[in-house]
Amino acid sequence: MNEKADAVANGKKRSMRERIRWDYTILFLLIPAFVALVVVFPDKGATARHVAWEYFKEMAMILPAVFIIMGLVSVWVEREFIVRFLGEGSGVKGVVLSFILGSIPMGPLYVAFPLAAVLLKKGAKVANIIIFLSAWACIKLPAELMEFQFLGWKFTLVRYLATLVVVVALSEVIGRVFFKQGYEVPDEALDGAEG
Amino acid sequence: MDLTTIVILALTGVLLLLSVIKDRRKTLAALRVAYKGFVRLLPSILAIILVVGLIIGFVPPKWIAQVIGKNSGALGVAIASLLGAVLFIPVIIAFPLARSMLDMGAGIMATAAFITTLTMVGFVFLPLEIKELGKRFAVARNALSFLAAVAIAVVIGVIIR
Repeated sequence: MNEKADAVANGKKRSMRERIRWDYTILFLLIPAFVALVVVFPDKGATARHVAWEYFKEMAMILPAVFIIMGLVSVWVEREFIVRFLGEGSGVKGVVLSFILGSIPMGPLYVAFPLAAVLLKKGAKVANIIIFLSAWACIKLPAELMEFQFLGWKFTLVRYLATLVVVVALSEVIGRVFFKQGYEVPDEALDGAEG
Repeated sequence: MDLTTIVILALTGVLLLLSVIKDRRKTLAALRVAYKGFVRLLPSILAIILVVGLIIGFVPPKWIAQVIGKNSGALGVAIASLLGAVLFIPVIIAFPLARSMLDMGAGIMATAAFITTLTMVGFVFLPLEIKELGKRFAVARNALSFLAAVAIAVVIGVIIR
């Protein structure tokens, strides 16, 4: 019993150490590379610095809020509720709902990952979450207006419909082929969240 | 501050307030989940910010338009989807860029493939997605999005000529 607990504790510690090493290593390699490039090529570096700063501002504003929403969903929304509307038996209703949820303009794709994780954890169907993320990524009302303006109504309409059909079909296939047994979100991704 | 940000912040504020009124302890638990998730992702997010800055700074949009503009056949579609998958460009820049690609002689199909992979597949964001949703899901979704992009491009190319 003790041995088992020890092994579990060790395993957890080791995986945590690996995790920390991995992302911090990349970050600490990137910082000098970034600085060097910006110093050596001041012209292009200015753009890089500007873009990085704009992204930083955007992330600093949006991400804490998104994680708070994720935390609130994980605490307040009942599992039964998600299962009923987005789960295995939700059918066409689940597909439509995922599409609508994904089309609400709420910011860039990375914002959707924590929300997708909590929905999966609460029993949403994999195919529906893929639809949700795809809609989030490439169908946004403000963006569609841009597309309309630059590429014309025909292009916009055809791309919209093609996206709808292809995404729904392929997500269903992926759900059936790769996630027949359902899918467990890796536990570390949602530490502390109740199932 | 743009409208999206304001909407998100307002929504979060309202939800948080409702949660506090209803149950303070549950709200604290929610904030703990939020804090843990945020801190866990912070280094990856900072790294991604630097990478995105470097890509946009050092790979000029004009160059992309030229490369795809020259190859508008099947090769163009392949190059366009690959470029779109690696790069991450905000949609606001993507549509004007697509327009200039068309003007430079890129095919409709290649342009459509570029836009779709550009928005749906993010190799730059893959580490973040793997962390949040697990490797299996992230890889499957990105693979799907890549296939979807090519399929959508073909549909558009066949319908619009």
